Amino acid sequence: MSQIAFHLNGAPIRVSDEAPTRTLLDWLRETRGLTGTKEGCNEGDCGACTVMVTDATGSRALNACILFLPQLDGKAVRTVEGIAGPQGQTHPVQQAMIDHHGSQCGFCTPGFIVSMATAHLNGASDHDDQLAGNLCRCTGYAPIIRAAKAAETAPVPEWMTTDRDIIRSSAGQGQSPARGEAEPAPRFVQPRSSDELAQWYLANPEGTLIAGATDVGLWVTKQLRNLAPVAFLSGITDLQQIEDQGDRLRIGAGVTIAALRAALGPRFPSLGELLRRYSSEQVRNAATIGGNIANGSPIGDGPPALIALGARLHLRRGDVRREMALEDFFLEYRKQDRQPGEFVEAVTIPAKAPALRCYKLSKRFDQDISAVCGCFNLTVADGVVTEARIAFGGMAGTPKRAAAVEAALLGQPLTLDVAEKAAARMAEDFTPLSDMRASAAYRLATAQNMLHRYVHDLNGTKVSVLEVRA
Amino acid sequence: MSMGKPLPHDAAPLHVTGQARYVDDIPLPANALHLAFGLSTIAHGRITALDLSAVRAAPGVVAVFGPEDFDEMPDCSPSAHDEPLLSTGEVFYLGMPIFLVAAESHLAARKAARLAKVGYETLPALLTVDDALAAQSRFEDGPVLWQKGDAPRAITGAAHVVEGQLEVGGQEHFYLEGQVAACLPLEGGELLVHSSTQHPSEIQHKVAHALHLPMSAVRVEVRRMGGGFGGKESQGNALAIACAVVATRTGRPAKMRYDRDDDMMITGKRHDLRILYRAGFDDNGQITGVEFTHLFRCGWAQDLSLPVADRAMLHSDNCYHLPHIRIESHRLKTHTQSATAFRGFGGPQGMVGIERVMDHIAHALGRDPLEVRRANFYHAANTEAAPAPPVGQITPEAPPADDSVDLTSRGATAMQPRGTVPARAATAQTTPYFMPVEDFIGHELVAALVASSDYAARRRAIAEWNQASPILKRGIALTPVKFGISFTLTHLNQAGALVHVYQDGSIHLNHGGTEMGQGLFQKVAQVAAGVFGVDPARVKITATDTAKVPNTSATAASSGSDLNGMAAQAACIIIRDRMAEFIAAKHQVKPETVCFADGLVRVAGEAYEFARVAMWAYLARVSLSSTGFYATPKLQWDRKAGKGRPFLYFAYGAAVTEVVIDTLTGENRILRADLLHDTGNSLNTALDIGQIEGAYVQGAGWLTTEELVWDAKGRLATHAPSTYKIPACSDRPSVFNVALWGKPNREDTVGRSKAVGEPPFMLGISAFYALSDAIAACGPGYPALDAPATAERVLAAVNRVRGHV
Repeated sequence: MSQIAFHLNGAPIRVSDEAPTRTLLDWLRETRGLTGTKEGCNEGDCGACTVMVTDATGSRALNACILFLPQLDGKAVRTVEGIAGPQGQTHPVQQAMIDHHGSQCGFCTPGFIVSMATAHLNGASDHDDQLAGNLCRCTGYAPIIRAAKAAETAPVPEWMTTDRDIIRSSAGQGQSPARGEAEPAPRFVQPRSSDELAQWYLANPEGTLIAGATDVGLWVTKQLRNLAPVAFLSGITDLQQIEDQGDRLRIGAGVTIAALRAALGPRFPSLGELLRRYSSEQVRNAATIGGNIANGSPIGDGPPALIALGARLHLRRGDVRREMALEDFFLEYRKQDRQPGEFVEAVTIPAKAPALRCYKLSKRFDQDISAVCGCFNLTVADGVVTEARIAFGGMAGTPKRAAAVEAALLGQPLTLDVAEKAAARMAEDFTPLSDMRASAAYRLATAQNMLHRYVHDLNGTKVSVLEVRA
Repeated sequence: MSMGKPLPHDAAPLHVTGQARYVDDIPLPANALHLAFGLSTIAHGRITALDLSAVRAAPGVVAVFGPEDFDEMPDCSPSAHDEPLLSTGEVFYLGMPIFLVAAESHLAARKAARLAKVGYETLPALLTVDDALAAQSRFEDGPVLWQKGDAPRAITGAAHVVEGQLEVGGQEHFYLEGQVAACLPLEGGELLVHSSTQHPSEIQHKVAHALHLPMSAVRVEVRRMGGGFGGKESQGNALAIACAVVATRTGRPAKMRYDRDDDMMITGKRHDLRILYRAGFDDNGQITGVEFTHLFRCGWAQDLSLPVADRAMLHSDNCYHLPHIRIESHRLKTHTQSATAFRGFGGPQGMVGIERVMDHIAHALGRDPLEVRRANFYHAANTEAAPAPPVGQITPEAPPADDSVDLTSRGATAMQPRGTVPARAATAQTTPYFMPVEDFIGHELVAALVASSDYAARRRAIAEWNQASPILKRGIALTPVKFGISFTLTHLNQAGALVHVYQDGSIHLNHGGTEMGQGLFQKVAQVAAGVFGVDPARVKITATDTAKVPNTSATAASSGSDLNGMAAQAACIIIRDRMAEFIAAKHQVKPETVCFADGLVRVAGEAYEFARVAMWAYLARVSLSSTGFYATPKLQWDRKAGKGRPFLYFAYGAAVTEVVIDTLTGENRILRADLLHDTGNSLNTALDIGQIEGAYVQGAGWLTTEELVWDAKGRLATHAPSTYKIPACSDRPSVFNVALWGKPNREDTVGRSKAVGEPPFMLGISAFYALSDAIAACGPGYPALDAPATAERVLAAVNRVRGHV
C-alpha cells in the first residue's frame, strides 16, 4: 500500500508519493496551502496544530504536528478552515471567542477553536481538561473559558456532523484501494489484525511500530530520524479491546489513554485522576497503553500504576506468546525484556483495588511529565499490611517497585509512625537522578512523603491542593 | 465616540477562522529557499575545524555559508556591535549559530544543519553570576551606582534591620509563533522583508547595514506577530539578516523560521539575577534606609541589558518612598544566551526585590505585610493639578559619525541627553532617581481593592483554616504596582502615522506601532474613528511598513498606544481640519462650528454623510492625506547619574492573590486573584482587561512554574514546552476578578488613557508573596523563597521555616 485515502474538510482526498512519516501539519501547510493550522512547537505540547479527526469510534482532537499521513487512512480530518460552515457561517465557538475576546495574538487560536469545536460536538464541558493541551501566552485563558462556557448550549451546527456520516457511509468498504500489480513495494504497512502484525514484525524485526506516534512522532520531528520500515497499528481493532474477565481486566495494547481513562476511571478513581493528568486531550486521544509500556520510559505514568495494580504483561512474537509481571519487563534504562519481532499485545489487571492511590508530581499540574509518579496499593487485613505493592516512575532508570519499603510495611499496622520508618528505607530502593524536572534529593524526599500522604489519604484527609477551593 | 468601547480585536474574525496571516503563512514563489543555522554544541571555545562537506552534500541543500563566506561578518546587535551573524572563530554560548544552510525545504535545511563536523578547543565557560563576578566579566566598566541620601548610615541607625538575598529566575517568552522572517529580492538589489518583529526600523537598519544598502532600499513589513512580549524587539535581527544575505546572493526568496527548540536555544530570555538587600526600619515597618545589589546575568552579548538593568533600578522603589537608598547594579557577561527584553524590561526584577523587603520586614515585626507596605507608600497625589514640571530641553550629543549606530534601538548608547536635573517640586516626595511622584494613587486604589476582595476577613479565615489543616496551608498577599511609562532612552519617545481618507470616505490608517496581539491597531483605529466621528469599521487597519512611516521606535515599553495613538490622532485632526475648513467655507460659517459625529458631518444646520464630504473635498482639490507626529513632552533623564524625569507618568495597580500549598510536596495552586488596575480612561476596556488578565498569568508563571535550567556545561536543558512549563489553562485562578480603576490620566495622553502592556505583569508578584505567606504558616522561620517558586523550592522553604534544612 502506498496510497491512502481520507476526507479533508468534507472532501475526499487521495495521497500518494508522500513519505510515510510526512506529518499532517507539514502536508496541510506546505502541500495544501492550508495555513490556518499552526506550528507552535512541533512536538505535540502546544496544541496550535490541533485538528479534528473522525473515525468509526467518534471525533477527537489530535495534534497534526505528530500525526503521520498514513494514520489518517479511512478517516475524516477537519482543520480550522472547516470549522466555519460551507457558506462561511460562524461556528458557535468562533462567535463566542470573538464576543468574549478569546484571541489576542491569534496564533494559538485556530488550535483552540478546533479543540473547542470538537468538545462542543462531543458535548464535553470539562473545559480545563479539554483545553489543557492548548497553550496560550496572551490571554491568561480566562476569556477562552468564558467563551467555551458561553457556547455550551448552542446546538451543534449540522456541518460538524457530516464527518460522522461520511465515515458511516464508507464503513466496511475498506479504507484504501488495493495495490495494483505494477505499484512499487509498500513503504509502510497497516496491518488489520494482530495476526498480520505478528507476521510482519517477525519478518521485519528492525521495523518501527507506530501506534499513536506521540513519542515516535518526535523521533521524526525533533531527532530527524528516518524510520523504515514502519507499521501503523491504529487499524488493528482486536488490540483495542478491554475485556472484562471477571476478576481481571484484559487491556489490549492498542487501547488509547483516553479509552483507558473512560473505562478505568469509574473503577479506580485515583487512577482515573492520574490519567486525567496524563499529558493532554490531544495526546490521550492518540497515545496507547501498549506504547506507553513498550517505550520503556522511566517517566511514563502508565507503568507505575499498572505495576502497583499487579499487572501482567502479555507479549507476542509470531505465534509465540508469553507473559510476565509488568515490573519484570523493565530491565534497565530504556532496555526491556523484549525480543526482536516481539510486541506488547495486552496487559491484564485485577478488577478491583480499593486502596490504589496514584500521585503525580510535576512542575505544572496539567500536561507535564512527572518528576515523580508514586502509586500505592496496600492490602490491610486484621489491622496489618498483608500485601504491599508500591511502584514509582521518575525514581530510577525504569519504573520500579519500592521493595524495601514494601517489606518494611508488611505485617505492620498502617500508622504514620510505621509509614515514616518504612519511608526511610526508600533510599535503599532508589538512587534518583537530578535533572531539569527535579533534584535527586527532592525526588527522594517527596517519594517518602507520598507514603505519608497515602496514610492520610486512606483516612479520608484532604491531601491534594487540587481539592481546595477559594 | 468610539474611544473606550469594548470592541473585539480587529482581527478576531480572522483569528478564529484561521485566515489571519502570519509571516510563515505568506505564500512565497515556488523557488523560495528555507534556512537553518548550525549551532555551537559547547558554551565557550575556539572552532578548530569546520567541515561542512556533508552539509553541502545533503539532499535539498542549495547553499551553505560559513564564516569564510563573508568578507565582513554581518552584525545583529541592537547595541554594541558584538553579535556576529555567525561565529567568526570563537563561540560564546551553546546554541550560537556557526553556519547557515539554505535548502529547498525547512526540513531539508534542518536535517542538513546537523551534519557538520566541528572541532573545538574548549575554553572555560562563565555560566553563573558567581563565575562572572570572580572573573570580573561584565558590560560597562563596573557596577552602576545610584544613591539618594545616606543609606548605610540610615540602616545603621535604624531600630531594626533585615538582610538577605533572593534568586530570581529568567523567563522564556514562549511567543506561540516562533521567530520568523522572509525576504524577497527586488529589482536593483532592493529588498522586501517580512519579519515577525516588534521593531521594523531595527530590522530595516540591520539588513541595510549588513548589505551595505541605504535604508531606503530595504522595506520591512509587519502585519502581525503571534506574540512578542519583548522577545521580538531585537531577537529577529539574525533571521532577517540571514534571509537578506541569502536572497541577495542567490537571487531567490529566502525564509527562515526557528524550530521551537532552536528558538529557545538561540534566543535571549528575561534576565535572571540575584538580589542582595539590607534594610533598616522602625517599629511600624517604615523603611529608613535600604541597599540593593543587583547581579544581572546578561549572557554573551550586550543586547538591551543596560537599559533593562537600569529599569530594574528605576523600579526598586515600586510604591514606596525610600528616603535613603543605595542601588548597585552589576551587568555580568556570561557564556549563555544573551538575555533580552521581556515585558516589564527589568521593572519586574526591581519590583520583586523591594516587595521581598516588605515581606521580610513584616515577618520580622510579626505584622500583616500589607500594613508594612502601606506604611511606606508615597504620599497621595494632591488633588489639584500637578505643578508644571520643568519642561525638559533635550539636548542630545551630536549624532555619531558612524552610520552603523542604530539610534532607534533601546540598546543605543552612543547618545546621552545632557541637561540639568529638574527642580524638585516643593512638596512631592521623590523617587530614588529624584523624580517627583505627583500622581500617586496607591492609597485609594489599595483601599478599594482591600474592600472588593474582602482581604481582611479572608486573611483571618485563612489563618483559622491553617490551624486545622496539617498538610495543606493557604496564604494571601496584596502587592501594588507603580510602573514608569516612557522609553528611558528619551529620543525614542516619538512616533509617526500616515492617514488617508479616500474619496469614498473609507479611511486608511498606518502608524509605526506593531500588532503582537495587544490590540494596538484596534485602539488606534478607535482613536482615528473618534476624530472623524465615524464607525471604527470604516477605518482600514494596515500592516506596519517602514515605507509608510519611517524611523519608528520599537513597539515596546508599553508605549504603543500612547505614542502611535497620539501620532494618528494628529494626522486625523489635520485632515479633519482641512475638511472642516472646506465645508465651512462652502456654508459660509466658521470651521469650528463643523461637527464630525455619528458618521455625519454637521454644518450650518445640515448633516452630510462623511463619505459625501470626502468626495466633495476631493473634487475641490483638498488634500485628504496627512502624516502625524508625536513626541512625548516633559522628559529629561541622565542615566549615568541616575537623575531626572525618565517617565511622563506612572501606571498603577494592585492585586490580591490567594494560594494553597502542599507541605509534603511543595505543590501549589492559585485559588483566587483580585486585580484592580489603572489604565486611565481606557481606550478599549475589553482589550485592557485582556492585557491585565494575560499579564497577571504570565507574571505568576514567571515566579512559579516557569523554570529555566542550564546544565553544568551551559546547555539549556529546558528548550521545549515539554520541559519548560508556561501556565496551562487550569493554572489560571479559578476565581479571577479583574477591574479597571477608570479615572483619567493626569497627563495629557491620548484620551487621557494609560499604557497597559507591561504594568499588570507585575500584579503576578502577589502570587509569589502569597506563597511566601502560606509557607510562613508552617513554622517560625522566614521563608526566604527564591523564584521561580516551583514545588521543589516551596518544599525547601517549608523545611527552612520549620528549621529542617
